[in-house]
Parts: sequence; structure tokens; C-alpha cells
Amino acid sequence: MANTGLNSHCALIGMAESDVGIVPDKTPRELCVQVTLDAVRNAGLTLREVDGLITCNAFAEPIMYHAEAVAEYLGWQPRHCVTVNTGGGTTFMAINMAAAAIAAGMAHTIVVAMADSLRSFMTREQAMVVQSSSGHPHYEQPYGPTVPAYYALIARAHMDRFGTTEEHFAHAAVSCRAWANQHPKAQMRELISVEDVLSSRSIADPLKVLDCSLVSDGGAAVVITRGDRASSAAQKPIYLLGYGEGHAYEHISQAQDLTTSAAVTSGRAAYADSGLTPNDMDLLQLYDCFTPALLIQIEDLGFCAKGEGGDWLASGVSLPGGTKPLNTHGGMLSYCHPGNPGAMFGLTEAMLQLRGQAGERQLADMNTALCHAQGGIMSSHATLILGNEQPS
Amino acid sequence: MSRPTPRPSPTELPFYEACARGELTLQHCEPCDRFLFYPRTHCDHCHNPALEWQQVSGKGTIASYTVVRRAVSEAFTAPYVIALIDLVEGPRMMSQIVDTEPEALAVGQTLSVAFEAWSEDIKLPVFKLHGVLGK
Repeated sequence: MANTGLNSHCALIGMAESDVGIVPDKTPRELCVQVTLDAVRNAGLTLREVDGLITCNAFAEPIMYHAEAVAEYLGWQPRHCVTVNTGGGTTFMAINMAAAAIAAGMAHTIVVAMADSLRSFMTREQAMVVQSSSGHPHYEQPYGPTVPAYYALIARAHMDRFGTTEEHFAHAAVSCRAWANQHPKAQMRELISVEDVLSSRSIADPLKVLDCSLVSDGGAAVVITRGDRASSAAQKPIYLLGYGEGHAYEHISQAQDLTTSAAVTSGRAAYADSGLTPNDMDLLQLYDCFTPALLIQIEDLGFCAKGEGGDWLASGVSLPGGTKPLNTHGGMLSYCHPGNPGAMFGLTEAMLQLRGQAGERQLADMNTALCHAQGGIMSSHATLILGNEQPS
Repeated sequence: MSRPTPRPSPTELPFYEACARGELTLQHCEPCDRFLFYPRTHCDHCHNPALEWQQVSGKGTIASYTVVRRAVSEAFTAPYVIALIDLVEGPRMMSQIVDTEPEALAVGQTLSVAFEAWSEDIKLPVFKLHGVLGK
């Protein structure tokens, strides 16, 4: 395999999730501490055998030096300790930074841990205002845009350019819910129809409430280690086969193109890094903050031609039993979305599926998974390709 | 609760002073022969630091729009229209479309700038469907 990147030197050997959904009995810091310990235990290690920690900050409990505070809480002095903040893309950018730190000899085994509690430790209004503050303070925020409004601008442009319909977007929500229905931990499990989505409350035309991801509490952590240590791990190692990033802009009003994202760039880089193609992917774990974001990622990551994401979703390939299983935990639309940690649950689900530990929703013949996340308003993208066999 | 209101930096001040006069001005980069927005210390294409302010037409077209049904905070009353507007001089800006029925809007429609007070000192550009007289 023509792997030119750093990632082939590393593998994921541990994972943990907290309870998700509505979790009022633990603060974000306590959730982060809990998943750190649980992921290390899942890897068959003790904290003394781990020498790095990477976290992201929590909106509901901001801490100036977050990773250091989590380590301190655990009475732990890791060799490498840093907080990453790239919005929704934080998860996979942190994984790549961990892999790079390991390749550079800064650590041999790193925990990446994230948690937040947008549901129980913020009011609805606080959560909306803090998230919409990603808008430009002088040239966007004064007009009162919400995060759903930013994605509605993208949705409307895609509809105008490619003939995409509100029904097409609805299929994304229906697909994620169908998978969540099979997951006992999912925040929303009741099956929904396209009609349910279309008739749900309008938030920012053309997006309805069921086109929008959840507001949740929850945390997750993974343990990443050097390849030579992975072979003796307690769990089946999940190898990092490829990684790519794409950074187009920060504010949506500065986007060069509203309907094609830098997921094209990050996807191409990850495919080149891994030597694999979209057809090789057994599982897709994409960033479904809003239904149009999911539709555009399907196009931009090469799973269909540009403009045909709606037809791809409507065809049912992503549903349980389909040929391209997508967000098999239910995604942020139905499993949970605690803010920046949202994509962690796409990663932990991919690890469970690649280990063969996904229980009743376990997919057959799993070898590869593509995980994608984005920060800002489809601004910065990170694509991670995983496999359960050691690259040669 | 009041709407978020810009506190202009020295670089941005000419834009807001023009808004207060009822004029839309943009920075122009002579070497690139290109307008830019938002205001910057350097051209975001060639990084020329000598940008000149010029009054522009205030006309543009709708690149995309949304009717916000759930306001961001108590400072705003839904529904209101957020749009991305492609100015005829080139740059794109976010604004509100005011004095219109949301059902009347479509991508590609022509708009004209107007100015609304956001605070005692600050007026901001908003847009109306071109040819529609203000209330």
C-alpha cells in the first residue's frame, strides 16, 4: 500500500463513550475524565502506560488550559499535553496531531478525549448564541444569523443550482434515524418518514427541525499508539490508513463556492494517502450537523457525481441493509451532538464496526471505514480512513 | 437585549462613516483592479497594503437567502430574511433583505442597498428588492 503519510505508524487500540443524550449528573470535565480512564482501560492499559493527552475545550464549562486541567484532575503528568480547537473538525485533526506527535517521538501512546454538555449545562438560548458566534462579529452576526441559517444558505444555493429538493434533504434525516433505531443508546430512536421531516417545525427555510442535529451531552475518548506497540494490544488494532485536510475559508459570506466544499481537497488527500478509493469504503461516518452538509459531503467525497447527492440518499443505499451504510450509530442527527465532540461518536462507532463489536447492528465483511468532520460552516474539513488490517 | 453592533477598528471606520452618510463604499485594489469586502489592511489577492475606498452602486443579486423562523436571540424578531448578496462590483456580503414578503424572493433577484440604524452611531447596509419603494 502506497502510504506516504505519518498515519501508517499508528493504530487506535482503545475507545470509550460516556452516556449520551441528556446527562445532567456529570459536568463536561467529569465526563472527559471518565472517558479518558475508560478508553485507557478498554485498551488494556493503565494511565501510567500512556504518555500523551489531547482534548478540546467545552462550551458549557470553558477552561483556559483544558488538557492540563484534565490531566491534573487525574493526578497525571503526561509527557505531551495539548488542547485542540478546530470546531467540528477537532476530532480528526486531533487524531492526526496525535499520530504526528507519535511519529515525531513526542509520545508513544496518546489519549484523545472530548466531552461537552450543551443540553444540561447551558440554556437553549446560550447554546444558540455561543454556536452562532462563529459568524463574523462585524459583517455577519449583526444581522442575526443562526447556525441553521448558515446551512440554509448552503441548502438554498444547492437547490437552485442542482434542482435538489427538500425531500432529498429529508432522506438524510430518515436514514440516520433508521440506524439510530437499532442503537440502544441513541438519543432519538423513533423511526421517522420523509413526510415527518417535511412537516416538522420550520427553523430557517428550507431547513426544518428534523433537518438539524441534536443538542446533547456526552463525551468519548480513543487511545492511539505506535504501530509496533499495537500488535500486542488487548483489542484488535484499528489502523490509520489515510488522512487529509482542506481549509477553504472561515465565514460563509467569504466562501468561494456555496455548493462544493473543501471536503473535495481533504477526501482526495486521504484517498491518496491510503491508496484507496471511495468504492473501497465499507462504512461512511460523515458529519451530519445539518442534512445539506451530509448531502454535499457524499458528493464531495466522491460517492456520487456532483449534484446527485439527493438522488443517492433517496435511493436508500445508506439505509440498514443498503450497500453504503452511513452513520450506523445514527449520527449527530439522531445519536447525539454535544458540540465539538460530535464527530468522536462517528469514530468510536467505526472502531466498534471494524472490531466486530457493534452488536445487533454489526455489519458483515468490514475492512475499511471513512470518517469525515468539518469545522465552521463547511469551512475546514478533515477526512480519516481506517482499516482493521495492518498496512504492509 | 440589543442586536450585536460593530465597534469599528481604524481600518474599518471609513466603511461605517460612509454607511452613516447613506453611501456604500468598498476598498479597491488598483494593481488587481478588484474590489474587496470585508475591509482589510491588505488586498486578499496580491496583499497590496495601499487600498482605496470607492463608492459603489449599492446594487446586487441574491446568491442565496433564508427566512429565519427561530431567532438567534431575544434581540431579533422572527421571521427575518438573511441573504448572501453578490454586489455588481464583485464582492459578496451578508445582509438582511427588508420590506419584502419571503415568498416573493428567489435566487438571482436584483437588490438595492438601504441603511438602517443599529445604534446611535452605527448604521448598517440592508437590502430591498430593486424597484420596490421603501415603506
